[in-house]
Amino acid sequence: MSLLTRTAGATADDLKPSSRGPKESILSRGAALIVMGVFTLYFLVPIWWLFIASTKDRGDLLTTNALWFADWNFFANVGDLLTYNDGIYVRWLLNSLGYAGVGALLATVFAGMCGYALAKYRFRGREAYFNTVLGGVLVPATALALPLFLLFSQVNMTNTFWAVLLPSIVSPFGVYLSRIYASASVPDELIEAGRIDGASEVRTYFTISMRLMMPALITVFLFQFVSIWNNFFLPLIMLRSQELFPVTYGLYSWNTQLNQIPELRTYVLVGSFLSIVPLIIAFLLLQRFWRNGLGTGSVK
Amino acid sequence: MTATEVLVTRGARGARKGRRPSDTVRRKTPHKGAIAIFTGPFSVLFLLFYLIPIGYAVWQSLLVVERDGLYGEPTEVFGGLTQYLLVFQNAPFWESVGRVLLFGVVQVPIMLGLALLFALLLDSPVLKGKKFFRLAFFAPYAVPGVIAAIMWGFLYSPNLSPFTQVTQNVDFLSPQLVLWSIANVVTWVFVGYNMLIIYSALLAIPAEVYEAARLDGAGQVRIAWSIKIPMIAPALILTAVFSIIGTLQLLAEPQVFRSFSAAVSSTYTPNMTIYATSAIPNTHLAAAFSVVLALATFVLSFVFLKVTQRKAEQ
Repeated sequence: MSLLTRTAGATADDLKPSSRGPKESILSRGAALIVMGVFTLYFLVPIWWLFIASTKDRGDLLTTNALWFADWNFFANVGDLLTYNDGIYVRWLLNSLGYAGVGALLATVFAGMCGYALAKYRFRGREAYFNTVLGGVLVPATALALPLFLLFSQVNMTNTFWAVLLPSIVSPFGVYLSRIYASASVPDELIEAGRIDGASEVRTYFTISMRLMMPALITVFLFQFVSIWNNFFLPLIMLRSQELFPVTYGLYSWNTQLNQIPELRTYVLVGSFLSIVPLIIAFLLLQRFWRNGLGTGSVK
Repeated sequence: MTATEVLVTRGARGARKGRRPSDTVRRKTPHKGAIAIFTGPFSVLFLLFYLIPIGYAVWQSLLVVERDGLYGEPTEVFGGLTQYLLVFQNAPFWESVGRVLLFGVVQVPIMLGLALLFALLLDSPVLKGKKFFRLAFFAPYAVPGVIAAIMWGFLYSPNLSPFTQVTQNVDFLSPQLVLWSIANVVTWVFVGYNMLIIYSALLAIPAEVYEAARLDGAGQVRIAWSIKIPMIAPALILTAVFSIIGTLQLLAEPQVFRSFSAAVSSTYTPNMTIYATSAIPNTHLAAAFSVVLALATFVLSFVFLKVTQRKAEQ
């Protein structure tokens, strides 16, 4: 369906007339540009400030113009950050990458398979199953954090890598999206053709259907990656040893110690900046997939 | 797939259907093994990390701890709705619920209003440089809530802020303003995300739909109000439901703000209350809080969905 969305979008954009009556057009063009310009500042100035702040040493941070460069200390700051406390920051970044990367990958594989089965096979209780999963979309992840903690402590697994990773592998939203997309983009004839050729159902999925579902699967991966990366309650409640923290929780814990250890301020700022730059770049590169996926979810 | 293949498949399917005309009435589910393989992993995980935790929370919320005397061994016994009675008597919890509802009533319409405005401008012919604005507005969504809160916390702090002229006159971290300062952080992160959902729905409207309106001499504003907004109602509902869920679950931003402002208590939002209660530790009461909050979220989203759908159908 998102394929349809994209093509329809492109034509709609091309066909719209560029102006009606030159006078009104200039006026409304100006107004639109001013609105968007002001909000561009609102959205980008905080990030710009964070970048500038991470290029300054502690003295300059408070005394120089906050929105412009003073002495360039960026690499010195980064070097200090990476070596502080035996390089715990690097550890946090790798943890985040592990939780979000592995978690989102497995979540996508499982949700894709399940959504496909719901779209392409008839079986008893299918709609009841799907409605249960749909209810799962409305249950917020934070509501599950405490019961998960209680359960994990029953089996002595709190404060482990698994305590954060395992719950992240479930994506009801991924199943929902995969089902919609598979119904629209994988023709029944294709599956029948696979059967005629003697391929097993599972093989047909992994060699053909999954490829057709790729745009949806990429979207599911992105969504799950971001929600794991941003998840705060689960690490907060599960983890005690800082070697296991994801980067967001690590920075949070530094931020709470600023009163006792003021030099952490630079590390918090530089660390925050370093952790969002790769994400922002990845986001901007992958924006096309976001838009398609979001459209798929809402148009239905 | 080639044309012959299609024909072959269609033929094959037709033939099979022809041979057993009544097979739709009563037949064993075909491909059971494949269905089990496809749905198995997700089902197991969904059961383990969604359904069982929910059930476990409900069970825990029905227990109470009893002691033999003051120093006796604590034992867990079934207490019925005792914990829920405590929930309803817990004033800080209901204050925190009131706080996030107030937050949501103000923040969600502002955020979605802005997102709608930006999406309509991106979709209208009056704006140049669309690609740039789309990227710039979406960029904050890449910033996790914790980090956005840390960043804005510094921006609000009187001595650290680059806008000292403003922050020395207005105390954004004061008890009166801090809720709205947090609302600003949430808005900053999520406007672009919602804008993109609405924008993608606008792109899906075929261009022919506008032609009649244009012949009738309708301007861009009229087209937006009478055609575009009604047509993207499903997308607006979706963003509203996600925002309602997000508001009731507010945690990371206010938790971070505790280190910037004394006005944010440990029970500032419902989720913070749950965390604080579980840290005491009073897991049974915390479980009851969780159940109440999850139910409230679910009911509110569900009711909103139903009400808006009925309206859209009328």
